[in-house]
Amino acid sequence: MIDQRKNTVISIVILLPSILLVGIFVYGFIGNTIVVSLTDWGHALGGLSLHPQKNFVGLQNYRDLFTNFIHGRFRQDLINAVFYSIILMAGALSLGFFFAVLLDRKVRGEGFFRTLFLYPMALSFIVTGTIWRWLFAPSGGFNIIPTFFGGEPVDFLWISSRKRVLSFNWQNIPQIFFTAAAIFFTVVILQQLITRSDKHRLRNLIIWGVSVLYVVVLHRLLPPILPVEELHGYNLATLGISIASVWQYAGYTMALYLAGLRALPESLKESAQLDGAGEFLFYWKIAIPNLKPITLSAVIVLAHISLKMFDLIYAMAGADNANTGHPSINMYLTTFRANNFAVGAAMAVILFILAAFFIIPYLVNTHREMR
Amino acid sequence: MKKLAQMVILLGLSSLILIFPLFASGTPEQAASGTQKTVEQVQLNNNIPSGDLEIFSWWAGDEGPALEALIKVFKAKYPKVNVINATVTGGSGVNAKAVLKTRMLGGDPPESFQVHAGQELIGTWVTAERMVDLTPLFEAEGWTDVFPEDLLKLLGTDDGIWSVPVNIHRSNVMWYIPANLKKWGVEAPTTWADFLKIAPQLQAKGVIPLSVGQTWTVNHLWESVALGVLGPEDYSALWEGEIPWTDNRVVDVWRTFAKVLDYTNKDAASLSWQQATDMVVNGKAAFNIMGDWAAGYMTTTLNLDPGKDYGWVPSPETKGTFMFLADSFGLPVGVENPDAAVAWLKTCGSLEGSDTFNPLKGSISARTDSDLSLYNAYLRSAASDFGSNRIVGSLAHGVVANEGFMNDFSTVMEMFLSSRDPQQAANACQAIAIQNGMIR
Repeated sequence: MIDQRKNTVISIVILLPSILLVGIFVYGFIGNTIVVSLTDWGHALGGLSLHPQKNFVGLQNYRDLFTNFIHGRFRQDLINAVFYSIILMAGALSLGFFFAVLLDRKVRGEGFFRTLFLYPMALSFIVTGTIWRWLFAPSGGFNIIPTFFGGEPVDFLWISSRKRVLSFNWQNIPQIFFTAAAIFFTVVILQQLITRSDKHRLRNLIIWGVSVLYVVVLHRLLPPILPVEELHGYNLATLGISIASVWQYAGYTMALYLAGLRALPESLKESAQLDGAGEFLFYWKIAIPNLKPITLSAVIVLAHISLKMFDLIYAMAGADNANTGHPSINMYLTTFRANNFAVGAAMAVILFILAAFFIIPYLVNTHREMR
Repeated sequence: MKKLAQMVILLGLSSLILIFPLFASGTPEQAASGTQKTVEQVQLNNNIPSGDLEIFSWWAGDEGPALEALIKVFKAKYPKVNVINATVTGGSGVNAKAVLKTRMLGGDPPESFQVHAGQELIGTWVTAERMVDLTPLFEAEGWTDVFPEDLLKLLGTDDGIWSVPVNIHRSNVMWYIPANLKKWGVEAPTTWADFLKIAPQLQAKGVIPLSVGQTWTVNHLWESVALGVLGPEDYSALWEGEIPWTDNRVVDVWRTFAKVLDYTNKDAASLSWQQATDMVVNGKAAFNIMGDWAAGYMTTTLNLDPGKDYGWVPSPETKGTFMFLADSFGLPVGVENPDAAVAWLKTCGSLEGSDTFNPLKGSISARTDSDLSLYNAYLRSAASDFGSNRIVGSLAHGVVANEGFMNDFSTVMEMFLSSRDPQQAANACQAIAIQNGMIR
């Protein structure tokens, strides 16, 4: 017993320095950023003076970011960030799996191909960005490939296009959310009505019914969040950057999947073949479900990488190209160029919360596995 | 037992998280009542400067030799001073400004740093009370007589003069290739109406009437359009806050600007300013509006002869007005070696210093008494305009607007490039002008 207590004390003493350092330099500063985001530091001039004026303004900065028309660029950045994440994940996972399946067939020179596919990951985003900026130049790179076959050069503007698809009006955001909520609640009610013999049926009906009423009524009461129409959507200019990011990380998911496929017992494949499953059916029905943990960790790693695409976008499109913007670039400009520290901090906190959405499930998951 | 350890760690961490913000934000309210400004004035004395002098700038690469030459002049005069030439590379100081901010906030200011003269300096560092008023130096050196009065007004505020300009660039210049214009049968337009008349003809010949590059070059074009449409009086009044951005005259600027944009290249966002200038030189585009560093680029890098191979006129409707921007050096509060810093500023403003620096840099001197025989054909014409024209400040290069406004203006510009809605852009500008303290 004493031994154990002594161990505990020692372990605490050993851990203490790193706990202190992490506490101050990670969590302390996260806390400080949150506090700054609730002030008006940098709203007025003189934000860089020795004793800057900071007044508590509550959630004003956050409200402004979502509803003040000056911050329209930030809202487009958020939507860009969603598309960057989705395309990176979908692209890297599917391509990576495809490459892994090809390599799994024991081709000749497997080691060579494996390195070839994995190699892009060793590059930094700045290098990738510079190369791909050249490849996507409006009058060079990919656009002149057709001329090698006697065709006309393409004039698609990969990273400077101003075209936008899937447009929607930001004023409709509450409507979209409320409609989704109302549909969800109604479906729950219908389910309750269909299932019989539930003793809580009446209570549940009341709860969900009130929810629908609440959503519908609140929806009517809310003022429009923006004075003018503001269109957002998928900017075609981001496509080039997404392609570069998929190129860089497809090899990484390939390595993960290849290890997973190799770890599948041979008997599994044999028994599937005995049961008459073809190649496709085997991968679709057996391999993919068995690789679910790998997919999960790949998704989490890719998701948080997609929130850190600052350098890739900076190298490919520059900081001022609003069409390819990302909240992290906007945060850098707002803080260090416009000296608006409070609003920059608010953007940082929003990014932090987005990252937490991906990191926390990952931590919970690994924690469970450790048990 | 394990649970307990976990609990301890968890508790420790969470209390740290909770406590830290409390004392991290414990110092803020001190300056809240400080409405009266304390202005520190430069101290002039007869000490012989010695010791270390750190000069912070973003002049490396092409502009490096000019700075080296200026430092040589300084060393000849003050041999006891050891000059530390601290440069952070990156065009228009994108990286240097960020490094400078961390150094100033960290209490380690360089003796003197390069900064765009005007509001970019004033809005960031003067309002933060981190700069020294240089008025006594200007008076002692007689600079109030040799620098144009309009220029001095834009360099200072009511409280003082904040930096010494080492060079002057002109922003409102339209560049073209005379031989090409002859071939296409057009002449350089003097009004925007003229431009809009000849632009369709050029387009019909497969020529882009006006080339632009990434966003800041579009802002640069905007300020020339604004100066042309508003005229120098209203243009200055706009920055003084006397005309609101929502005024019909300003909305007209955006309307004209939208029409002009219809005749520009579509791949602008991925081009640098050099590439936009190249389009004019190789005959893809007819005109380009860019600052006169384009003259340096065409003369030195492309080996063209000013006046023969390439030509220039003031941008449409701005004849008689010189829209300037300037690099300057200021003196931060609390530097270690103020004597050497003042000596450096004296060199920057001296006739010898500026006539050594500017011909190499491809700019003109802020002094009206400089020796024109040292400069090339373009610079001579710019210098004579500078001496006789009305002088106004540039937006895109930080003379008339602070950094906050400039940053937000880029956002408004991006909005406008997508929406092309003049009224909306004007409203947005009014909002960001109020937010950034430009309208008092």
